[in-house]
Amino acid sequence: MTEQYRQVLDRVTRVRGVRGAMLVAGEDGLVVAESLMEGVRGNAVAALAASLVKRFRQAAEAAGAGMPDFLHLQGEGGTLLSVPAADGVLVVAVGDADLNVGLVRLEMLRAAEVLE
Amino acid sequence: MKKTRAVEAWTLEPLERFIGETGARLTLLMTPAGQVLAQHGFTRAVDVMSAAALGAAIMASTVELAKLMETREFTALNHQGVEHGIFLAGFATPRGRLLALVVYGTESSMGLVQLFFEDLAAQLDAACPPVERKKPVLAADFERELNESLSALFGG
Repeated sequence: MTEQYRQVLDRVTRVRGVRGAMLVAGEDGLVVAESLMEGVRGNAVAALAASLVKRFRQAAEAAGAGMPDFLHLQGEGGTLLSVPAADGVLVVAVGDADLNVGLVRLEMLRAAEVLE
Repeated sequence: MKKTRAVEAWTLEPLERFIGETGARLTLLMTPAGQVLAQHGFTRAVDVMSAAALGAAIMASTVELAKLMETREFTALNHQGVEHGIFLAGFATPRGRLLALVVYGTESSMGLVQLFFEDLAAQLDAACPPVERKKPVLAADFERELNESLSALFGG
């Protein structure tokens, strides 16, 4: 993992409640870089999150809402967040259900800006 | 017409689940010799036989490449196109090594196919019945079995 990617992911994983952060190739659903706690299946999260974002994008475009700039999926046992970055890369974070979403979103947007 | 068909019934449920999860357009399960066990998405026998022969040949080529490089066999091959991608991989079962050839479009992804291929291989390994003792092959049996296989794959 390059130093730049590591720093970008560290900013996200520093937030309390975040279990992992990844850079994912949006079209392929493959992991570009990851910083995950033990037990988080990086390849599964990457593939499914990319698929989810692709479908949300299609739905948003069909609804005339344009490209979504933030995806927040809230579950009973956790949270999945995704922000698009340059070149089709997605910044993806997984965390606890009671995560401070606003703070993580801010760090993810900053991470996406660094990757521009 | 049903899009998923199997010569070996135990392959059908895992294959249908894989198709449901990945949205793959075409899938073949076959032996390394190119003998088809199940297929999804093909409508013509000639296409299945051609795809199986080409898939088996590609896999055989990678095995020889690995030997040349004095390394272990490659496990999977991905070929990404603009509209379609091809995924070709081998996996072990109690009946020996099998191959999966998957063609997927833009509604799926390499990551999804790779992810659910692991599940497919594990489910096929678990569903595979024990190996039967090999019977001598008679010419009459061969033709009958071939016809039965084609009928199972295409409902002819």
